[in-house]
Amino acid sequence: MQSTLPLAGLLDRRGLIFLGVLASAALLMPVLALLIPANSAFAIPPYLVALFGKYLCYALLAVALDLVWGYCGILSLGHGAFFALGGYAMGMYLMRQIGTRGVYANPVLPDFMVFLNMKELPITWWGFQSFPYAMLMVLLVPGVLAFCFGWLAFRSRVTGVYLSIITQAMTYALLLAFFRNDMGFGGNNGLTDFKDILGFNIQSPATRVALFCASAVALGAGYLISRAVVTSKFGKVVIAIRDGESRTRFLGYRVETYKLFVFTLSAMMAGVAGALYVPQVGIINPGEFAPTNSIEAVIWVAVGGRGTLVGAALGAIIVNWGKTFFTGALPEYWLFALGALFVLVTLFMPKGVIGTLDQLKARRATAKATAERNAAQAGE
Amino acid sequence: MTRSATGCSAAGAGALPLQSGKSRTRMVETLSLLLGACLILAAVLLVAPQARAQSTSDVLVAFTTDKFPDTERALNEIATSGLPTAPQIVEALTNNRLWFNGPARKLYFTNEAGAVFDAATGAPAPDVLTSGLKHVRLNNAVRRSLDAARGALTLMSSDPARRLAAAESVFKSRDASALPLVEAALARETIEANRKSLEEARAAIVASDSGAPEARRLESVEILKNRGDQDAVGILSTIANWSEGRVKAAAESASGTIQARLALWRNVQNIWYGLSLGSVLLLAAIGLAITFGVMGIINMAHGEMVMLGAYTTFMVQEWARNAHPGLVNYSLFIAIPLAFLLTAAVGILIERLVIRFLYGRPLETLLATFGISLILQQAVRTIFGANNREVSAPPFMSGSFDFGSLSIGWGRMWIIVFAIAVFFALQFVLRATSFGLRMRAVTQNRRMASSMGIDTNRIDAMAFGLGSGIAGMAGVALSQIDNVSPNLGQSYIIDSFMVVVFGGVGNLWGTLVGALTLGIANKFLEPIAGAVLGKILLLVFIILFIQKRPRGLFALKGRAVEA
Repeated sequence: MQSTLPLAGLLDRRGLIFLGVLASAALLMPVLALLIPANSAFAIPPYLVALFGKYLCYALLAVALDLVWGYCGILSLGHGAFFALGGYAMGMYLMRQIGTRGVYANPVLPDFMVFLNMKELPITWWGFQSFPYAMLMVLLVPGVLAFCFGWLAFRSRVTGVYLSIITQAMTYALLLAFFRNDMGFGGNNGLTDFKDILGFNIQSPATRVALFCASAVALGAGYLISRAVVTSKFGKVVIAIRDGESRTRFLGYRVETYKLFVFTLSAMMAGVAGALYVPQVGIINPGEFAPTNSIEAVIWVAVGGRGTLVGAALGAIIVNWGKTFFTGALPEYWLFALGALFVLVTLFMPKGVIGTLDQLKARRATAKATAERNAAQAGE
Repeated sequence: MTRSATGCSAAGAGALPLQSGKSRTRMVETLSLLLGACLILAAVLLVAPQARAQSTSDVLVAFTTDKFPDTERALNEIATSGLPTAPQIVEALTNNRLWFNGPARKLYFTNEAGAVFDAATGAPAPDVLTSGLKHVRLNNAVRRSLDAARGALTLMSSDPARRLAAAESVFKSRDASALPLVEAALARETIEANRKSLEEARAAIVASDSGAPEARRLESVEILKNRGDQDAVGILSTIANWSEGRVKAAAESASGTIQARLALWRNVQNIWYGLSLGSVLLLAAIGLAITFGVMGIINMAHGEMVMLGAYTTFMVQEWARNAHPGLVNYSLFIAIPLAFLLTAAVGILIERLVIRFLYGRPLETLLATFGISLILQQAVRTIFGANNREVSAPPFMSGSFDFGSLSIGWGRMWIIVFAIAVFFALQFVLRATSFGLRMRAVTQNRRMASSMGIDTNRIDAMAFGLGSGIAGMAGVALSQIDNVSPNLGQSYIIDSFMVVVFGGVGNLWGTLVGALTLGIANKFLEPIAGAVLGKILLLVFIILFIQKRPRGLFALKGRAVEA
């Protein structure tokens, strides 16, 4: 049983439960959404499939954010930018797939380009008709941006609040840039009206289920990769940087290299999350770059518990489920609830849901141990 | 100067024949020449006083001969004839409602309803039937004269504003045929501004006229140079292209002088707009700089304090309007201290209830204050609604004054003054009061200050209150230039961060320099790159700048910084 040993370090009990839940969701979803009759009590309508799929994408974004914030201490307020860039890369692929079915029936140019009187495809769009190329860009564009940004920022030792603010400036600059029509990414309206993905109709229930399953797999993979990073020796150094950056540096580690690796990896995971998100919601527009989105993603992590990975995913799902519920039932109060969540979680649950559970368990364990010791002493 | 016969379509008060480089058919050119000759004749008649005495009846008779040249002549004379009905006649002819009785040599016009009036007196002529009359006919040449007559009538109008507009329009068209009219108008004009405008119009015509004596043309070029605007540059460069010798040289040098002056004024204007934007940024950011400097935390709810200040202004104004209408114009003076007190109180409340428990965890504070900002925004939206609220400007803040070729709004002006006043008041508080001394001590070294007996908790609360209060006062100022809506704060918060991060938190001068630099840079980039791209460039610049100076322009030094 030599081969299971590294896995044992990789997956604790919580990780196993998490992956088990994900796997069963991915397996059950096709059954519940496609095989059993629609009028059955257990049937899941297509819109819910897309909604759950969306939650899973958010969860992946949260896991990515937890990797940098929870383990490396970098509070990025710009992760929404990486998410949106991945989404745009996927959106561009989907736009090219529309082909002659657009309003202007131009085989090469998407509708908005015809509308803007563009004569030929901008260089930025070249190659996006190919799915592998688009997927490469989903990873590369956020990755390269994060690498350049991180290379500059970490090397000059921009840390703490300053780093948070310039990540926010980055996503804000991108927001403004993507609003411009001249950028050639659809301006204000973004990219939408997608028809199909890899030849499958994007609206059909089967495709939605497939996308849901892909999201579940991506989330599981993202979790495993993050877990592999943080449980490795490399990860120990990353955690050391979080807890004492100068000290780690003085111990002889190249802090910026570690930070840069984690930041870039996290950005690429966020890009994948965005790429899976876009076909499920059917639109990507510059609003995804809004600084508030990135801050909201941070609160998912905080709610679930930073530095736990599973907690981040859980937090994303809880908060977004709450958002769906509130905006449907009590739209006036959603911002109150979200605001209160920010305040209460930072004040009373600094370790989030998972961390609080751990604390309770630890306290109970200590209490039990003390009780046993007392009993033993009394027995003597 | 090439002339064409397109003038009949010209719109506007001084609808004189337009100049155009495009040639038309030969016949039209011939007509134009004919017209030019007529106009010169008209000019002679206009300036000759003795011709005027009998012109009234002459003009009327000339319309009744049913010959185009006579109609033209009549039109050329009508403006200066002193005929009281001249405007009605010209108006009637334009709408084809001018009639004549050939044998009787009488002229009539009808109104829109078809009622007939005697053109000589303007009195109704109910017994005359249009069936016995003939239309005064028009051709292209007559239409040109008609346009000229309409322009001339406005030049001679009794309304000074219309005269000024007509003179300006002659200046722009600079048609030689208008020269006699301009001269005549100039002879009558008494208002200085109108005279200046007419002189400029005359100068534009004379300077463009290659037949005029060189001395007069040079003199005219000088007048154009003194006018010194973009229109003058346009005329001067045309003159330079079409003239030779000294006139060409003078026009080129004048045009160069004006352009240099205009460029200078453009820069002055950019600086002024930049200062204005910078003062707004300063007001919004300076409170943030205090809380950041003293406590090392970023208050994401800072923008909402600005918003609360703006809503306080709105409330005070509403109260004044309903309870004490006499106070409405002074409500800003009530709103400023009130906004300060209100937002300072809210700030202290936030500090005591939330931030106090999060010291040493700046990133969590950032999240908690973001949550507070959401709650405040939604609360204001629930109470006041999501729509913009109207805050009116008091008389001393509205209107503008001219400074050189710059029009400076009083509102912007006072906001700059206010920002500077707030800045120096704050400097005074920090430098000359014991509270300021303690605050600076905590900023520089919290633990040492605490060891020296300073109650750092109290200083924190006070500093947070002070920062929030200043944000509230900024809100009062911003209510004058921006929409008062629940989103007001959000639109400033990122810019404020940029100012603080750029300026550093070492001292307030960093914030001042940061705000003004960003404001001015923004306004200089806007004309070159466009508003959005300019802003993006600035953001990128700041991101790169932070790499070079991770703690901003004016950084605190020493080991306390790392803590």
